[in-house]
Amino acid sequence: MAGRLKLAAQVLALALVAALFGLLVWKVARQDDGASDKLGRGQTPRAPSFHLDRLDQPGKLSLASYRGRPMVINFWASWCDPCEEEAPLLESAWKRYRSRGLVVLGIDANDLKGAARSFARKNRMSYPIGHDGSGETLTDYGVAAFPETFFVARSGKLVCERLQGGVHLDRNRERFDACVEEILAA
Amino acid sequence: MSRQVTDCYLGSEVPLVPLREPRATPRRRLVTECYLVFVAALLALTLASPAVAACPTLADLEGKLICPTCKTTLDQSDAPAARQIKDYVQRRVDACASEQQIKDELVAEYGPAVLAAPPREGFHWLAWLLPLAGFLTAAVVVSTLVWRWSRTRPPPDPPVDSNGRGLDPELERRLDQELARFDG
Repeated sequence: MAGRLKLAAQVLALALVAALFGLLVWKVARQDDGASDKLGRGQTPRAPSFHLDRLDQPGKLSLASYRGRPMVINFWASWCDPCEEEAPLLESAWKRYRSRGLVVLGIDANDLKGAARSFARKNRMSYPIGHDGSGETLTDYGVAAFPETFFVARSGKLVCERLQGGVHLDRNRERFDACVEEILAA
Repeated sequence: MSRQVTDCYLGSEVPLVPLREPRATPRRRLVTECYLVFVAALLALTLASPAVAACPTLADLEGKLICPTCKTTLDQSDAPAARQIKDYVQRRVDACASEQQIKDELVAEYGPAVLAAPPREGFHWLAWLLPLAGFLTAAVVVSTLVWRWSRTRPPPDPPVDSNGRGLDPELERRLDQELARFDG
């Protein structure tokens, strides 16, 4: 009886260790740096979907509702200074290219809604904005710092490159315009 | 009372009279009054404590909230996102919002990950119960092992000679006799 009990305890202990090891393997295998990692390796992953509360008006902002249109997705937060510097450029791009089908989407992440609304009002942002308070969409895209900008082709895939840091005339404005032209032409 | 008992025991003829407390001196009265005031103040503070708890301080909450960008508690972070939350908490503290109210508002903004400790509800109970279950399991396992070990301990080895062999019964009997004689 004691021998069987001992054997059962040993089997249980082994099973527990195996389960923990399996969990570790699963976690490591599942670990993903987000879509930006694949984009950085030259791949063109599908843009991760999202379904967020809208900040600029009631309702939801989802990627699916803009499927088939070229998109610029910009991640920002009200406490981020470079985000404020680039806001006018994104607004002007939205106004300039919207007649050609371009959609600019802002995703305010890790931020307070009230502060984000004030920020959007102050910077006269008129394009659709979603609120990702928990930062889930941020993780899906693999955003490392604010602001970051992604380009989505009509096929729904991320293309060109991600622009890290604010978009500025003297730094990456040309690259921004080239990527916009690329998704409009694709 | 002790005097009454003593008197009875000694069989005194002196009629028993009710004992009176020695007259309180002014100093003793002052001490008693101070003591009563102290107890009353303590009682008032205890009763008022819920009201005090309803108005937390920023320091009370800083260690209980996580900065969403740097994933450390607010008291260890000076990131812009952490500063924004600290400002918000300070405003709510100034408005005398309760700790739970502030936490609920921040969870609505950032999700449950903004809390340093998981809430005691639903699936989050696992985070509280698993360590306890692990501790209890370990305690039971260790106790069982110790109990079994103490029960199955082998009897002490019989005496052996210099070559490691057991003593001859005749030799052991003679040894016992010699020892008995020596003790006697």
